[in-house]
Amino acid sequence: MIQLDNLTKVFDTPKGAVVAADHISMEVPPGEICILLGPSGCGKTTTLKMINRIVKPTSGKVFINGDDTTGMDTQTLRRNIGYVIQQIGLFPNMTIEENITIVPRLLGWDRAKYRERARELMAMIALEPDAFLKRYPNELSGGQQQRIGVARALAADPPVMLMDEPFGAIDPINRAVIQDEFLKMQQELKKTIMFVSHDIDEAIKMGDRIAVFREGKLVQYSAPDDLLAAPKDSFVESFLGEDRALKRLNLVKVREIVTDEIGSVSPGDTLSQALARIDDFGYQNAILMVNDRHQPAGIISRSVARTTKGYCRDHFQAVPAVIGLDDDLRKAASLMFAHDITWLPCVDEAGKVCGQITQRAMTRHLGARFRARQGDARNPDAALKE
Amino acid sequence: MPIQTMKGALRALLLVAIFFAGVWSHKSGLIDDFLWYLPDVQYLMGEHLWLTAMSGGLAIIVAIPLGILLSRPSMARWAESLMQVLNVGTTIPTLAVLALSMSFLGIGTTTAVFGLFVATLLPITRNTYAGLKGVNPALMEAAAGIGMSPTQRLFKVELPNALYVIFAGMRTALTINVGTVPLAFLIGAGGLGELIFTGIDLYDPVMMLAGAIPTALLAIVVDALIAFIAFVVVPRGVNPARS
Repeated sequence: MIQLDNLTKVFDTPKGAVVAADHISMEVPPGEICILLGPSGCGKTTTLKMINRIVKPTSGKVFINGDDTTGMDTQTLRRNIGYVIQQIGLFPNMTIEENITIVPRLLGWDRAKYRERARELMAMIALEPDAFLKRYPNELSGGQQQRIGVARALAADPPVMLMDEPFGAIDPINRAVIQDEFLKMQQELKKTIMFVSHDIDEAIKMGDRIAVFREGKLVQYSAPDDLLAAPKDSFVESFLGEDRALKRLNLVKVREIVTDEIGSVSPGDTLSQALARIDDFGYQNAILMVNDRHQPAGIISRSVARTTKGYCRDHFQAVPAVIGLDDDLRKAASLMFAHDITWLPCVDEAGKVCGQITQRAMTRHLGARFRARQGDARNPDAALKE
Repeated sequence: MPIQTMKGALRALLLVAIFFAGVWSHKSGLIDDFLWYLPDVQYLMGEHLWLTAMSGGLAIIVAIPLGILLSRPSMARWAESLMQVLNVGTTIPTLAVLALSMSFLGIGTTTAVFGLFVATLLPITRNTYAGLKGVNPALMEAAAGIGMSPTQRLFKVELPNALYVIFAGMRTALTINVGTVPLAFLIGAGGLGELIFTGIDLYDPVMMLAGAIPTALLAIVVDALIAFIAFVVVPRGVNPARS
């Protein structure tokens, strides 16, 4: 857990005092990633660097796991906080192994233990230990170097990590890969992380919570979905972008809005039975056909069912697309747009049909939050009574 | 293609010229004249090297810590002005430094070593300072953020990353040192300058060259030797010669 209590930094410049961070108070619960977000010069990096005292706070306190760090020895404090910076900062004079094991060595681990740890870490970041440990940083690509940078920060298994735009200098394709890898690692490691970013998409993807900064002040601190649904003021709103409702698609899993009820036919049914079912369920265009293992096998369109006689197995069309329960709505929307359809069959891990998702359900789900907020704003008393 | 042939032709021409120069120098007795000085050259070369080793060694011992000291953040306010003072120091010709120190220390080896020491000090200090100041600030931030103490930062990060530049300074300084040692003869400290200056005074070019050529060769050898040490000592990841 990281707790900031009225953390303030005033820089003395020739032009006068500049308040880089103004009474920042916030709390990151254990095991969560908190993204510090904002335009450059908003104080997010200063706030981050005050935690490990790269920037010395003017006033205020930092608590880590409940302990006040004010009186702690700076070196000890820093060795217990993982630190990743945008420029990576691997030591070019050391091999990858020496780089990764630097903190354990500073902490005085014995040789066998830290060498073992180096191999563990390499496995964790999916780089082959034998191929990489003896190489030097300048022999690695940018993406590989940043993975090593993350591994170095994790080496001594610190409970808390600070990351200053860690993936900012990596090309977009590699960045997405590293972000995914990192999130997967975080699911197991459960570190408490403060993460500086100026990229709203990265913030939504990585953050359990997002803290938006402006001119040294913490403007809003909430979960990504709340932030997108209810920006506190026009600054936050403009920073999030006009497509903020679309960004929420990333945050909702198909699982959350899937309806279990889906009408289907089997290959042995006749087309007239299919037509009857289309009408029963009130579908407009078509009905799904499933095979005997309950997997999607095809669709029967209303026009075919109405005009043709015979069995479904002879008159079906290919299923345009299906979606998994753990995919996000962004993918669902994309598939619907691509195939010009308004619903998608959902399948579980085994490929069995387990429900459907419709455009209407999606818009209703996303709209519900906005409507609720607007209702609150229009009639705050009513909201309070509830 | 024509450039290739021209290069080949030039190289052949050069070889032929060297061969005939060798034949001529043997026939005219030049080589024998030179060989006559061999025992002198050997003895004086020993003195020469000793002067270089003493003054250069002392300079390294003083200059590197001085460079490190000047590069510390606490010295930032004074460092540039101090470097300027040292810079002015190098603009004084070595001969003048030797003459000046002679007026305090008298003639002899000590004076020569002192003069040479002063002349060698600056390039090494300058490169140590510049090398340390040139270390990527991101490395320094990473090193601090990881929890290294200032001393650990210096020895594990700053010095290894500045080492190549520091060695470049030592190469320049010691090569100049070897070339300057002949002046030490003027204040009675020996070295190959004895043959050079006596040769000039006696209008004896053979004697002069018997001092000058070994001096030049020594300078080249010292330069190569330090380059080799740098090749071995500077870590592979920060050694342009090895990547």
